[in-house]
Amino acid sequence: MSTHIISLLVENRHGALSRIANLFSGRGYNITSLTVAETEDATVSRMTIVVAGDEGILEQITKQLNKLLDVIKVIDFIDRPIIERELLLIRLDVSKANRREILDLCDIFKARIVNVTPKSVTVELAGRSSNIDEFVGMVRPFGIREIVRSGAIAIAKAKE
Amino acid sequence: MKKTGAQILVDALQKEKVEVVFGYPGAQVIPIFDVLYDLENLRAMMDEGHLLDRLRKKELFFNDLPRRRAMEELLKKTGAQILVDALQKEGVEVIFGYPGGQVIPIFDALYDVTIPRVILVRHEQAAAHAADGYARATGRVGVCLATSGPGATNLVTGIATAYMDSIPMVAFTGQVPTPVLGSDAFQEADIAGITRSITKHNFLVKSVEEFPLVLKQAFYIARSGRPGPVLVDIPADVSRASLDNYEYPETVSLRSYKPKLIGHILQIKKAAAAIAAAKKPVIYAGGGVILSGAHRELRALAEKINAPVTLTLMGLGGFPGDHPLFIGMPGMHGSRAANAALQETDLIISIGARFDDRVTGNVDHFAQSAKIIHMDIDPSAISKIIKVDIPVVGDAKQILGELIKFVASRSPDEWNKRIDSLTAGGIFTYKPSESKTDIKPQSVIEALYKLTEGKAIVATEVGQHQMWTAQYYKFDEPRTFLSSGGLGTMGFGLPGAMGAAMSHPGKEVVVVAGDGSIQMNIQELATISLNRIPVKIVILNNGWLGMVRQWQDLFYSRRRSATCLRRKPEICGECGGVNGCKRAYVPDFIALAASYEISAFRAENAGEVEQVLRAGLAVDGPALMEFMVIEDENVFPMVPAGKPLDAIMLEG
Repeated sequence: MSTHIISLLVENRHGALSRIANLFSGRGYNITSLTVAETEDATVSRMTIVVAGDEGILEQITKQLNKLLDVIKVIDFIDRPIIERELLLIRLDVSKANRREILDLCDIFKARIVNVTPKSVTVELAGRSSNIDEFVGMVRPFGIREIVRSGAIAIAKAKE
Repeated sequence: MKKTGAQILVDALQKEKVEVVFGYPGAQVIPIFDVLYDLENLRAMMDEGHLLDRLRKKELFFNDLPRRRAMEELLKKTGAQILVDALQKEGVEVIFGYPGGQVIPIFDALYDVTIPRVILVRHEQAAAHAADGYARATGRVGVCLATSGPGATNLVTGIATAYMDSIPMVAFTGQVPTPVLGSDAFQEADIAGITRSITKHNFLVKSVEEFPLVLKQAFYIARSGRPGPVLVDIPADVSRASLDNYEYPETVSLRSYKPKLIGHILQIKKAAAAIAAAKKPVIYAGGGVILSGAHRELRALAEKINAPVTLTLMGLGGFPGDHPLFIGMPGMHGSRAANAALQETDLIISIGARFDDRVTGNVDHFAQSAKIIHMDIDPSAISKIIKVDIPVVGDAKQILGELIKFVASRSPDEWNKRIDSLTAGGIFTYKPSESKTDIKPQSVIEALYKLTEGKAIVATEVGQHQMWTAQYYKFDEPRTFLSSGGLGTMGFGLPGAMGAAMSHPGKEVVVVAGDGSIQMNIQELATISLNRIPVKIVILNNGWLGMVRQWQDLFYSRRRSATCLRRKPEICGECGGVNGCKRAYVPDFIALAASYEISAFRAENAGEVEQVLRAGLAVDGPALMEFMVIEDENVFPMVPAGKPLDAIMLEG
């Protein structure tokens, strides 16, 4: 089992998201994350799905997605260098004692403090999902109140 | 009668059948334009349709305001009228439906026309199966129509049946009006949501403006590529709303849907090379051959390379059942020859078949020494179950047409001798009855084959009788065997046969049923009777849900839980359970048929089988024939579920 990022261009219309979600649930594929938003063309949405499964499953997912009438294009990013990003918003418990340590960690990870109260700090971090995993692992001992992750998005690297 | 010069000119134009005059007015021609202005003359020159067409294209324009308004009114159509017009333009000759609150406007519009004909069924499930049966028998798109809520949900089994077998069908459902959508209104069900995973695509029509294009797309999607059912959900206010300047689109193009029809030439050449290298090729063909109309190409290929042909349940009729190269159906109830051929072959040439679990048995032990060529129009069917060596994506007819050009002829050899030795005693065989009176179910199918000269369209329900029909009726032509293969829907057969018979196939239409499954849509006897639809119903009555009873006997220590269709033993006080049990059976199918005014005949012993078949087949119109077959006959051969094909049981 490994994770893959699949990028879809889909018709921006009623039922499209449900049809795609249905395909995953109906055929027993696991979605790790899914993001969707409009593209430069308002009639087209971009969906980025992170899935877990071996290559055979990935191939089936790609083929089944291609079969859906709402799906215009499926890009599986296999054999293509990509730029991958995910956004994290995380709220941590703080005390006088550990505030400095948290700020240092934020510095190292290039995370930004977006909200501070006497007892909590809310941090924003954009980066590869693996970076975010690491950051979350590092701050876990301080006490996590809430985590919101956007799920990964990706774009292929431009060819020379 | 006096005429002015201008009138004479217009009269001459009419007599010369001039449809249109191109001109530009000026002082000296005002009198002529004045006469041309008389639109009744213009109208007389053109039929109304033509006139409307020109109006639509803005080639005609009326200065006269009242007249213009009247013309614009003619161009207006309500959603319901648009639907009827689309049905006519798509060549739909019959629709199967059941009215209800939200589809009254549609039925009202249908009331004005003779085409399509509306057949009122007795349950919406039957409407879907009838549309499906019509499509299977003709290759055209079948159409059904039901109301919102329960009407729509009753279609679900029929839609799923069509989906699993890739049958082109458009199902229309009424929906509550758009302003109350999602409010749990009376008879509201989210049928688009419910059917999302059992349709090729579906639409909820939100406005009358988008309706014409949705209709065009629905028919296009249903019939193109790998066909399948499409559902169109129509809120009542869309049916009632009117559209100015309605025009049915002539063409359709979807950026997200471009079925690939032409097989890649390099893949086809690779396939030809693999065939040339093969020592023991076998052709394994399925429903794709029927759907694409590739039966002639299939036969040409088989004869050119002298390869044995096995057909899946869905493929039966795609290759002549009495052809010397035919080796029967593969898989669970397939022939010894077909299963042995698949296990021994070094090359499977798969055409429009999908390696269903009922065919492969245990996948890990399936055809282990074989290379596999897989031709399929659906890329997702390739390597879904079995790793394929040479995939060819495209339409079977096109691919085979090309492939035949590249393959070298192959003469019969040792492999053919081996296959012939497997089929020597007949592809399928059964032990004839020991007593002179007992009716063996297989013998009824054989007699039916003989008396219809193999020329009937035969629909089946699902169960033992279905397998016996597949085994013992030798189908020669495509679209003559209609059966729910993928979903295995009991209740398909009777309405499916009804739909097939409505297409005026010029053939006898027979449904073979068990006494269990015939009761799943028995209410359609009313539809068949009242419309005099010439369906011949053959019931093999063994008093059991025979296929499940067979599994219970073979794999569940003969614990016959809930499979006996007779009175419960605790009521009658005894249970022998097998032959000779005389506990009460209902219904009396003969009396039931009589109450529907359908001629009915019963055979109680072997000597009566032919006589009853002759009597039933001779009836002008529908007829029911019931055969009291022996109770504990099982379907063989059998490969137990999940076992390799080598584990075939030839008899019990």
